[in-house]
Amino acid sequence: MLTPVLALDPLLLGEVGLSEVLIVLLKVVVAFAVLLVSVLFMVWFERKFISDMQNRIGPNVAGPWGLLQTLADGIKLFFKEDLIPDRADRFVFKLAPFLSLVPAFLIFAVVPIGGDFSGGEGSDGVVTLWGHDTYLQVADMPVGILFFLAMSSIAVYGIMLAGWSSGSKYPLLGSVRASAQMVSYEAALGLSLATVLLKTGSLSSHDIALGQAGGFGFGDLADWNVVATGFVPFVIFLIAGTAELNRPPFDLVEAEQELVGGFHTEYSSLRFSLFFLAEFMNTVTMSAIIVLLFFGGPAGPALVGPAWIWGLIWFTAKLMVFLGVFVWFRASLPRLRYDQLMDLGWKVLIPAALGWFLFVAALDLGANRGWNRWVIVAVAVPAMLVAMAMVVASVSSARHSRLAHEDHEGAF
Amino acid sequence: MTAVEAIGSSLGDDSAVRRRDDSPVLRMSETEAAALGDVPAEHGDTRMLVNMGPQHPSTHGVLRLMLEMEAETVLRSKPVVGYLHTGMEKTGETLTYLQGATNVTRMDYASPLFNELAFSMAVETLLEIDVPERAVWIRMLMSELNRISSHLLFQATNGLDMGAVSAMIYGWRLREDTLRLFEKITGLRMNHNYIRPGGVAADLPDGWRDDLLRLTDALPDKVDEFDTLLTGQPIWRERLQGVGIVNAAECLALGLTGPLLRSTGYDWDLRRDMPYLAYDEVEFDVLVGTYGDCFDRYAIRLNEIRESLHLVRQILDKMPGGDYRIQDKKVTPPPRARIDQSMEALIHHFKIFTEGFKVPEGEAYAAVESPRGELGCYIVSDGGPKPYRLHMRGPSFVNLQVLPHMMANTLLADTVAIISSVDPIMGEVDR
Repeated sequence: MLTPVLALDPLLLGEVGLSEVLIVLLKVVVAFAVLLVSVLFMVWFERKFISDMQNRIGPNVAGPWGLLQTLADGIKLFFKEDLIPDRADRFVFKLAPFLSLVPAFLIFAVVPIGGDFSGGEGSDGVVTLWGHDTYLQVADMPVGILFFLAMSSIAVYGIMLAGWSSGSKYPLLGSVRASAQMVSYEAALGLSLATVLLKTGSLSSHDIALGQAGGFGFGDLADWNVVATGFVPFVIFLIAGTAELNRPPFDLVEAEQELVGGFHTEYSSLRFSLFFLAEFMNTVTMSAIIVLLFFGGPAGPALVGPAWIWGLIWFTAKLMVFLGVFVWFRASLPRLRYDQLMDLGWKVLIPAALGWFLFVAALDLGANRGWNRWVIVAVAVPAMLVAMAMVVASVSSARHSRLAHEDHEGAF
Repeated sequence: MTAVEAIGSSLGDDSAVRRRDDSPVLRMSETEAAALGDVPAEHGDTRMLVNMGPQHPSTHGVLRLMLEMEAETVLRSKPVVGYLHTGMEKTGETLTYLQGATNVTRMDYASPLFNELAFSMAVETLLEIDVPERAVWIRMLMSELNRISSHLLFQATNGLDMGAVSAMIYGWRLREDTLRLFEKITGLRMNHNYIRPGGVAADLPDGWRDDLLRLTDALPDKVDEFDTLLTGQPIWRERLQGVGIVNAAECLALGLTGPLLRSTGYDWDLRRDMPYLAYDEVEFDVLVGTYGDCFDRYAIRLNEIRESLHLVRQILDKMPGGDYRIQDKKVTPPPRARIDQSMEALIHHFKIFTEGFKVPEGEAYAAVESPRGELGCYIVSDGGPKPYRLHMRGPSFVNLQVLPHMMANTLLADTVAIISSVDPIMGEVDR
């Protein structure tokens, strides 16, 4: 039987007939439209929000409160001349924007955006559409989170190939930065994710949301992974996620002040707008993933009316918070330098994520075997401190030997 | 033989040898660089030439840098100037001394009043006249306000170059306050033509004291916002500390002045060490750094804003009354009302605005401490109404020399920080 491999959605568990296919298609169309519209508003929201922080007005001409500004920009880009540099590798140059855009769409498919996750009786996130039980997400794959990691890896290709195929030096530098940055931060991202998966015990995004939907009394917030995994993975995921998005302060890939436009310097017209679209879409999906992994996704108390609507409302509200956080980063932080970025990724985030993962794993194992929790902490904390000291020592000794080597070179 | 050397030998000169030297300066002509672009890179030759500017978002206008890079590391570099050359010094020889201020004010467009001041002081030295007390203090007031606006512009562009976009808006917003005051006093936001030989163009307008008090009251808090946003910010410190280091000896060898020189700990400020105007009658501190890095230069400029505000407050208290320009009818035009009554006034007015006033033969150099360093004006007069030769010693131009030395073996992102911390104004570099 193939369907459980494709999706755990109750819709596909029984007979798959025309109506099931139509419902899936409807969900695809809705998700596509929601994502496109959300990008439209995200661009507007970012520009307005950052304007407020900087004492200026921001877009206010196109449409009410400038709401249609993005649309106007899109139409303008549509009519721009589509330039392909002479030295570009034409096929790859044309392919790259799609490599970056399509994964951005696909990631959103595994995010549950609504449903009844209120933690009450029978709240399993299932909604009923025309007599068919289903989830409010396009696909609930058994490998959902791996799918997310895979897609964000593919998105790197879009950026890397765009810079490489432009046949120009600034985009090339941008793409080299992109590949190094995204590959190293993917490691930190994956390691912090591992802790969440350890708690949830499932890769399915629906299960992750369900696992966090406890009651919503005051103490029950501990069901959310941000508390359950002890904050550290969340902080690491947020930092690594920002780097993965190439958003400030990690926007080295397109650092305007250094690389002119970075990987998309040579792109114009629609091809440029595809990158632009992908970037903001990624911001939306990454916020959605953060909300899903650490803040319960659509989980939240149902007040009045049908519970599945409250899932939608809670999800949107949490999403907005993180979209705001990303804009806030942009407004307040200067950009890191390339080597500082690498240092942060490899020397801080990855060891911290790994150490914390092992610590949480040890606690879990101890809980299963009935060991004394405090003994585990008493053993684990010194062990982690020793490991940290070793990392610091090795980093500093490597630095010393490198400096000595440089001095030696300089003596000539 | 690498591709670089191959080009050298194919061009049949010693350029290959020159390119192998260890100096931080890239000595390569346009022709060589262009030829190099067509040579396929050989295996193991990982260096590439990158052209940064003149159209680049962070080269402060039209500075161009030829960078020899290995991946992200800048090995050698060569600043190329001249993309904003307007021939202002030459133009100055065809303009009368009264028109001259209009011309020079456009050089360093971020601190126009200093250009006018240096020019006027040089002309006045040749004329051997002393400007009235009030004119001196007005000039000082305007200088310090201009220093504030110029350093605010630096805070804005420096923030932008580091990717701190909010700092840009904050800096420009504050600069706007000072420019608004300039507009009220001089009639223009930039290129004022306010300080002229013999004094200033007009007296301070009604209500100037209230406007200034409002500014001096509001600015300190807003300047503190830069501390909140940037100074303590770990990323900001990481990006600037230890980047672009120079020492005092290098600065003196290259003729650097201003915040660049002071950042090395070398205590030199023309306002205090070679007092002009009435700087010996006011109290102020000369701010010096310790390490000579980008962070020191950032901090010096930020604190010079505060020091200038301190000076502005003193000037407010001590502003004397009297004439705002010298009552020498051969130098300054008569009041408009006098022209209808006095034949002599009409003649003076006519002579000044057609032929211009004559300046005794000789040469003079006057230097002021502009926000960027020593801004000097050298004038040779042949006794006529126009300068025989006009030359400005632009601090931006001289300071640019240090770029290759600061940028050797830094990362590309550092070059942006370094250019920004030198704070060049290309109008003054190319003149």
